[in-house]
This record gives sequence, C-alpha cells and structure tokens, in this order.
Amino acid sequence: MTVSGQYCTFQIGDMTLGVNALAVQEIIRAQPTTRVPLAEPAIAGLINLRGQIVTAIELRCRLRLPPRPADARPMNVVVRTPDGVFSLLVDRICDVIDVSETAFDRPPENVAPDIRALIVGAFKLPDRLLLVLDTDRLVRADTGAGDLS
Amino acid sequence: MTDDEELLHEFLVEGYENLDRLERELVGFEQRGASADSVSAIFRTIHTIKGTAGFFGFERLQRITHVAESLLSQVRDGNLELSSEIVTTLLGVVDVCRAILKSLEAGAGEGSSDDTALVQRLTELQDGRAAKPDVAAVAAPPVTAPAAAPPVAVPVPAPAVTRPANPAASATPPPAGDEQRSASDSSVRVDVALLDRLMDLAGELVLARNQLLKSVAANRDATLSQATQRIDLITSEMQEGVMKTRMQPISGLWNKLPRVVRDLAAELGKQVRLELGGKDTDLDRSILEAIKDPLTHLVRNAIDHGLERPERRLEAGKPAEGVLRLRASHEGGQVLIEISDDGAGIDPERIRRKALERGLVTAERATRMTETEIVKLIFAPGFSTAEQVTNVSGRGVGMDVVLTNIESIGGTVDVESRLGAGTTIRIKIPLTLAIIPALTVVVDGDRYALPQGAVVELVRIDGVSRIVEHVHCAPVYRLRGQLLPLVYLDALLGAARPRASAAIIVVVQVEETQFGIVVDSVLDTEEIVVKPLGKRLKGIAAYAGATILGDGTVALILDARGIGSLAGLHTAKRAEAPIAARAADEARPTAFLVMNVAEQQVAVPLGEVARLEAFQVGAVERAAGVDVVQYRGRMLPLLRLGDSGGSTESSILNVIVYTIGGRDVGLVVDEVVDIVEEHVEITTTTCRSGLHGSAVIGGRVTDVVDVASLARARGLAIAEELS
Repeated sequence: MTVSGQYCTFQIGDMTLGVNALAVQEIIRAQPTTRVPLAEPAIAGLINLRGQIVTAIELRCRLRLPPRPADARPMNVVVRTPDGVFSLLVDRICDVIDVSETAFDRPPENVAPDIRALIVGAFKLPDRLLLVLDTDRLVRADTGAGDLS
Repeated sequence: MTDDEELLHEFLVEGYENLDRLERELVGFEQRGASADSVSAIFRTIHTIKGTAGFFGFERLQRITHVAESLLSQVRDGNLELSSEIVTTLLGVVDVCRAILKSLEAGAGEGSSDDTALVQRLTELQDGRAAKPDVAAVAAPPVTAPAAAPPVAVPVPAPAVTRPANPAASATPPPAGDEQRSASDSSVRVDVALLDRLMDLAGELVLARNQLLKSVAANRDATLSQATQRIDLITSEMQEGVMKTRMQPISGLWNKLPRVVRDLAAELGKQVRLELGGKDTDLDRSILEAIKDPLTHLVRNAIDHGLERPERRLEAGKPAEGVLRLRASHEGGQVLIEISDDGAGIDPERIRRKALERGLVTAERATRMTETEIVKLIFAPGFSTAEQVTNVSGRGVGMDVVLTNIESIGGTVDVESRLGAGTTIRIKIPLTLAIIPALTVVVDGDRYALPQGAVVELVRIDGVSRIVEHVHCAPVYRLRGQLLPLVYLDALLGAARPRASAAIIVVVQVEETQFGIVVDSVLDTEEIVVKPLGKRLKGIAAYAGATILGDGTVALILDARGIGSLAGLHTAKRAEAPIAARAADEARPTAFLVMNVAEQQVAVPLGEVARLEAFQVGAVERAAGVDVVQYRGRMLPLLRLGDSGGSTESSILNVIVYTIGGRDVGLVVDEVVDIVEEHVEITTTTCRSGLHGSAVIGGRVTDVVDVASLARARGLAIAEELS
C-alpha cells in the first residue's frame, strides 16, 4: 500500500494527527450534540449534519488522552468509512499536506498495542511527527472493556 | 383507471421487471456458472410470475411458467445439472412470456400461439431425456440484442414447426422502436437512498425557513418579506411532496386481497370471509413493496393449508365459513402485520415427520426440538407439507420466500398456532423510515422520543417518594387498583442525580405486559421520521433509532420493549395461545375517559380516543358553519355536546381528539376528570343521537358519548367515510 498522498491534519493537545484526505467529507465547527447514555465512552453523541444523523467520536477518549478542557470547543472532522459517516472530534484543524512515502515509518513498538492498531504510521516532518490514523478502525467498536457488542 | 385496469397495469410493470431480471440471471449463469443461491433466486422469480398470472387467470402464462418451474425445481434439488440447453429453453420461456405481456398490454388477451412444443421441450428436459435435436437449431435467444428482437419466435426443437408468435402485432402494429413499454414508462423507479436524502434535505429546508421567517419578521423590507413568504409556501409544499413520495397507506395492498381470496377460495372449494383492519396504517413505499409478495404468499397459504373445507369445519364444530383476518398497526415502534385464520392450525407432529422426510433436520435433533421450534421449520427452504403439488402451493417455496423477503428489510416473522383453532402469523417490520407519532419526553435534561404506539396513558404524580411503593426493591405504582411495575428511565440510562418530587409515568404496553416508564416531563407529540442508528450504537436495546426534532436537534428514540428487557421485566409470554389471550381481552373491563361538560359527567370509551389537546379559545375559527381549529397542518372540526361545552370562562379549550375514517374530530369538554376502568352496563334510556346510552361510572350516572354518530348528526364530512 502506498502511503504518500494528501492528509488532512489536525491537533489534539500538542500531537499532530492526520487522516487520508480522500476519506474526509467535510470539516465543521462544534455542533449541538445529543449524548447517548449507555453507549461506550468514546461516543460523544449524535449530531445533525444537514438532516443526516451522524455519530460523533471523541478522539481524545478513543486515544486514551485526558479530556478536553471544558471551555474548549472541538472541531468535527467528518469522515466516510465502510461503516457509514462518522465525525471525529478534535481540538484544532491544521492544513491539508502532501507527504511522500520516504518520510514514512511504521508505528514504533513502544506504542500501546490497542492504540497502535489505530495508527497506520508516522510521517517524519521537519519540525514534528504526523501520526496517521486508520479511520476505518477508529470508528469500529473498542475491543477493550468499553465494547458493548 | 378502474381497479382492474390498475391491477393489470401493475402486473405488467412488474412482469416486465421480473422477466428482465430472469433474463439477466439466466445469462449470468453462462458467465459465472450456477450457484445454489442464484438457482433459488431464479426459481422464486418464476414462481412469482406464475403466482400473479394465476390471480389474473392468464392460463397460457401460468401453464408455461408452471412447467418451467417444475424443471427448475429439479435443478434446485440437484437432480438436474443446469446445462446450456436448459438455459436456452428457459430464455425461450422468457421471450414467450414477454410476448404474452405485450399482447396483454395491447388489450389483445394472451394471444393464441401454440406452446405445446415449448412445453414439451421443457418436460423432456425435466425428465432428463437427452435432447436429440441440436441445440443450435433452437431459435437463437435474442438476449444479446433485445432491442432489435421482435417479440419473438418460440424456440422449439427442430422437428416441430417454428411459429412466429407475434400476437401483439395482430392487434396493434408495434410502435417504432418496438421495445417501448408504455406500462413501465409512466412511473420512474428511484433509488431509495436518493429519496432519503431528499427527505433529509426537505427537513433541513424547513428548519432553515423557520429561522429565516423569524429574522425577517423583524425586518420591514417588502421585497424581502415577499420572497420569504414564497419560500415559506414552496418549502411546505415541497416537504409534503417529498413525504408523499415515500408513504402509502397499506390499503393499496389490502384492496387487492379480496379478489385474490375470492378466486382462491372458489378454486379450492372453501368459504372464506376476509377481514381487513388498519387500512390507514402508513407504510414506507419500499416496505410496502417488500411485503407485497410475502403477504400474498401468506394469504394463499392460509387459505390453502390453514382453512379447512366447509364439511371439515362443520365436523369440527366451527362455522362453515372460515375467517381470515389481516391487521396492520404501528406498535411499539414497529409496523405489525397480523395474518390470522381460524383454520386447522399447524400440527407439530406432521411438521416433524415432513422435516425428517425431507432431511431438513436429523432425527436426533428433531426429538430435542420444542414445539415452537418445530413450527418454525415451515420457514425452512424446500419445506412443504402439501401432499400434492398444485398450482397454488406445495412446492416448498413460499414460506422461505416470505422469511427471506421480510428479513431482507430487517423484519421478523413469528408464527403461533393451535391445532384445530388456527394460526396467527405476525410480521414485524422495523419502523426505519416510517413516520410515526411520538411523545417527546425529558429525562435528566435530555429529550427523547417515545413512539406513541406503545403508550397507553400518562399519569402525573406529585411526590414520587410518597406515591411510589416498593415490592422488595422493585418500584410499583397503584394504577386503578393494579400494581404497575415502574422503570426509572434516568437510572436506567445511568444518570445519578437527586430525583424531583414530580414526575410523569408513561404507561406502556409491550405484548401482554404493562409497565410504567418514569420521566421528568412530557413535552409534546410530534410526527417523527425514524432513522436507524449507526453501527456503533445499534446494539443498545434502549433505543429504536434516532430522529431530528422540529428545532433541528437530534433525539434518540426509545424502545419500550428494549427498556423493559433492560430493566429485567419479563415481558415475553409468547407461548400462550393467541385465542386464549383474546378471550382474556374480552373479559377485561372497559376503560372510559370521564369528563365534565356543563357540570354533567360524560364518558367516552378510552380506546376510541386518539389524544387530548388544549387550544386557546382565540384559535377557534369558523369554516362552513362549523367551529374548527388548525391542528397539525389540517382543520380539526370541533363538536360540542348540546349547546354547551367549553363555555367556561377559561381561555383554554380542552379537546378530545378522535380519528374517525382517517380524519380527526375534536370533542370540546370543560374538564377531563379521570380514566375509569369498569365493567359497565350501558342502558339506552334516551334516543338522542350521539349517545351510546347512559351508565353508572365511578358511582355517578354518566352519559356515554358516541362521537362518530355525533359527528354524523352534525353533518360533518366524515359521515360517508364511516358507513
């Protein structure tokens, strides 16, 4: 598989993450969200995307990062996956960038296995690392204790 | 178009489609080879064509498809290999059928060509006799270039004379371009996903319009407000139009059944009375389409296998005339269709024997299966108990087709049967896409929609800790002397918080069990469009889906059944016989809604009441001499008892809304007192129209109002629809 191409990048805390730009349907500001009691913790809720009901996933929770400060409003990265359309909640949106395969590396071995499964790999950019997420896996149910299915 | 013409038209559209599909599937064989699935699919398609041809009495069509079906059943059972000869001959069948449809469309009957050769060829192939004549000599199948093919030479083996069968041409010259199909041109098939999208967008447009209206109201620009007004109108009309494209009452389907039943009963020498209920149940187009064939199969099955001949019925002490009852309703967030007969019922022993004979289960397994499981075997592919293969049924398609079709739209089929007493088949279709009325309830600050089908009544309680009692740890409420199990929705949904003292109990019914769901408040009823939850959330039993409320926010739709099972209520009492349940129903006291009108106590049977509403007195307008209010985008005519009613100084008008013959009617009352459940004897003391009579309810003499007859007496337009 070729990994070079365009990536839509965003930040969570000081981490830079990216998803394949082709999978991104759109990016929108924070939306009124209906929470879903009984759902696994990573499910932030449901949003109304022009009449379509979309499940929002809190990436911070999904990646086992501390919750976002209460006053910070997340951005929605709406992605298309084989399981339907999902919205990924992130802190800040950055650029769409072109990267080449030569800068790519598999995720290092010391990343926790469950998180590692969600990461395709890292691009070594001059000033930082860009972690590429596997959107299809991100939106599937946690395999850990939070799994309901 | 008359009914018959309409039926024929639909038959033609469908017939062409089926033939096209058949052709594709047959040709697909030659490219990909046969699989068990695709043989079954072809078999079903032919079966459907045969079945519909049977209703219309198109004998030629029926004869040909019958033989073709026989041949295919050999292939399906593995007795015959699907050779290219067979495919060629079957393609010939397709062509002949198409020619017949053409001729029918032209109004020239089935045409009179002789199919003996084709039928003979099919029979030969079925008997496995090697076809002597060279296959190539059979008229080349025009499949590859259908546009160029005139309708069509019957492919026959060489020794027979090839007849150019073109019955259509003899009646009307075929139009230029030939393949033109007037029947199928008049409608367009649209991808359901596209309709869904349009519906979503229409809903969003409404929200955007509402915002626009609000901000323009503060603006004095004439051009802007004019344009806004037009947008307002267009939006409403468009939304209505888009909705209409999807929804249809089930009556469209119901209306076709009397004929089917009549013909079939006559053919089989049985007496059948057909009772149809729930005509106004709106179904999504796609759902309607998907249940059409299964429903027909079930009706045929009930008449063929279920109901006995008049002699047998009389012997069994039943009236000679059998009853076939079909009922559709929205229930518990689903569309429920019940097909019940009072026939012979299903004999589990016989099913067990047949299943063993056909090798559907092992002997060891058959002994371990429960009766319910055994009865379910009727849905297994290839199962049939008919001793003889007839045109009507007995080939072992039917029930498995029913199951496949229903399951393909995410529904379930249940069967309940008592030997000698009858069979009830319940089809439940998820209400995905269906539009249903729902109650908006609030729990812990969040709004949820609860489908009204499951809701029996609402009880407001003040002082939860005082009124709610406990059996062991289980909260219960005394509802008219009966203990009603309660489920605190907030706790169920995981909210930990101090409970307010006032709450609302939403009494719901799931199958035979009633229980109360405790919520903080009830806001409104709203027609909601149900949307499925994403994959990640489907597994949560408490929700049946999600919807977008009037203000654009998303609300989860609660599933009463799921809530019951999450709360550990034992709701399933499926094993009980349906007839016994019905008998219990009759013994149950009747519930009345008791009200005050001009200081007199009156009551109406609760079952007739659609909902209770309150309107501002100022909202009453007059139309054609009748008081009306605008209600859910329509006019709601108001009825008053005598010349009083709603005459108090209060500025609020209490109205009891009825749905009669698909229309809403409102009865104005001063005050709603209570719901009383009693065995009541109604005596007719006066002959005033609009009254069932008088009775003692709750210790007071009460007039029991008959709203339907009252409406008729006031000359409301619903009168004709009632009779």
